[in-house]
Amino acid sequence: MARMIAARLLDAVPTVLLVLTLVFVALRLLPGDPALVVLGEYATQEQLDLFRREMGLDQPLLWQWFAFVRDMLTLDFGVSMITREPVVQLIGQNLPYTIELTLVATGMGLLFGVPMGVLAAVHRNRAPDSGVRAFSLIGYAIPDFYLGALLLIVFALNLGWFPINGGGEGFWDRMYHVFLPALTLAFVKTAFLGRLTRTALLETLGKDYVRTARAKGARENRVVYRHALRNALLPVTTGLGLSLLATLSGSVAIELIFNRPGIGELLISAIAKRDYPVIQGGVVVFAFFVVTVNLLVDLAYIVIDPRIRAQA
Amino acid sequence: MMPEPLLAVRDLVVDFGKPGAPLRAVDGVGFEVEAGGAVGLVGESGSGKSVTALSILRLIGAPGRIAGGEIRLQGEDLLALPAAQMPEIRGRDIAMIFQEPMSSLNPLMTIGDQVGEALLLHQDLDRAARRARVVELLGLVGIPDPASRLGAYPHQFSGGMRQRVMIAMALACHPKLLIADEPTTALDVTIQAQVLELMKRIRDTTGAAILLISHDLGVIAEMCERVVVLYAGRVVEDGEVRAIFHRAAHPYTRGLLQSIPRLDDDRHRLSQIPGSVPLPGRVKAGCPFLGRCGLRIARCAEQMPPLVEIADRHRAACWVTAGARG
Repeated sequence: MARMIAARLLDAVPTVLLVLTLVFVALRLLPGDPALVVLGEYATQEQLDLFRREMGLDQPLLWQWFAFVRDMLTLDFGVSMITREPVVQLIGQNLPYTIELTLVATGMGLLFGVPMGVLAAVHRNRAPDSGVRAFSLIGYAIPDFYLGALLLIVFALNLGWFPINGGGEGFWDRMYHVFLPALTLAFVKTAFLGRLTRTALLETLGKDYVRTARAKGARENRVVYRHALRNALLPVTTGLGLSLLATLSGSVAIELIFNRPGIGELLISAIAKRDYPVIQGGVVVFAFFVVTVNLLVDLAYIVIDPRIRAQA
Repeated sequence: MMPEPLLAVRDLVVDFGKPGAPLRAVDGVGFEVEAGGAVGLVGESGSGKSVTALSILRLIGAPGRIAGGEIRLQGEDLLALPAAQMPEIRGRDIAMIFQEPMSSLNPLMTIGDQVGEALLLHQDLDRAARRARVVELLGLVGIPDPASRLGAYPHQFSGGMRQRVMIAMALACHPKLLIADEPTTALDVTIQAQVLELMKRIRDTTGAAILLISHDLGVIAEMCERVVVLYAGRVVEDGEVRAIFHRAAHPYTRGLLQSIPRLDDDRHRLSQIPGSVPLPGRVKAGCPFLGRCGLRIARCAEQMPPLVEIADRHRAACWVTAGARG
């Protein structure tokens, strides 16, 4: 098993390199000369040359790429062009809020989505199934920034049950602050995981081994939960990974609406101010996130499915 | 008067499709299995044999439904029982072995847990006793070193070994009736023989009655005393194995017998029955075998021949050979 995990980690290396290369190329494809952008139109030729030399922009492209990858892998993202704070520090302050939001939202999505999917599959083509289908349609149809604003107005502004902004201090206060934004993100997640669970469970319920379980005398609850659902969780795990990543990008808008600290909020303001080092650091952290989530999904497979474990 | 049979199926009707336009997969099938006896259900794909078998356990899934008839287990009509009571019968009184050992075991559960589950559901044993019984069962079906294989998963077993596990699972609670639906069809020929041998041994040692479903008359001849031949959802002939083999009356049964390959025969081509089983819903008035029959007479197209007794405990449904009166 350890060997399998090591192999998966090794597999992630080319992905990380590719992502870094894409970021590197994208930054160089951006219109405009970085030296001009940073120093302004009135900078002298000497100042521009000095800046390019300091930033290594006068080096051959391959060397620049090498230095870039080295910096990124050692988490040396440089300093913000606006505040002069190290980018790694900015990310360090904001990342926990985004992770918190993503995890709580995903947890809620699982908590509501999987039972909903089970309910729909077990009562296929009957009232609960239609209800779940209607909920899923609404969940998919409502944009999260709209739903977020709606929840904010109703539950925070008008009813005053939840805070309007901020991330909170200490565990419970943070959970209190994260509740509404997480609920917003969990809505579409519940719809997605509910549909996915329904489809996967309907498929496994038609499998031969489910018939075997019934023929043994297992009652319906046991058939569904012990035999069918565990097998259905394999595709749901893949979906969970996708949904985790979707939440990460969804958090960009939600953090802005709820005025929460977070990577999304950091990135948006950095883009508005053309703070390249921060943008670059944020994008790389997002990319690391994606690779990590995929890795976790693979590991979850190993835990759930003995056939995959056997290949380890 | 004959003693009450273990299982009596009477006038079983199973429909698929919409209630308004039902497709009749099984149409008035009836047969009996005596305690400790062995009966074979034979027929081509689509003849309704698997549907009949699943109906006995009431495991027909939508859109199929049992539309009529009786299935009596020791006199008690299973079709009249509340659905919630069926799980008590399944696995305890009647156990079933399926055709596909590769897909009939849960890939995420250990062999030990899957065999143990049958015990867990029907018998009041503690953990250690259950484990001991599982080891005993796996040993009984010929799995080497069973104690060490309890934690193994299905994918670690070959097809033949998986079918043995299925058999162990079915035997767990000493069922009175074992339904085996094409238990050897998916296996290699050498493994087929081993599994058949195992089933024969089980029949002799446990005293369980066996309902063997197969398209292969050879397999049935080895295992069973009686044969029920199904065609297009109807019984076309039934009788003792010997009678069927030596004095088959229905042209379909004769065709089946002739299509068994024989080593002592120097014909170069295998005999076959032309055409295929009519689809449910396509059966018109008259004999369903009409289109494929070489012996047909005018009456065959007009009227379905009834199943009539042609000798002691030997019935057939054919206007020509059975001389059906009516």
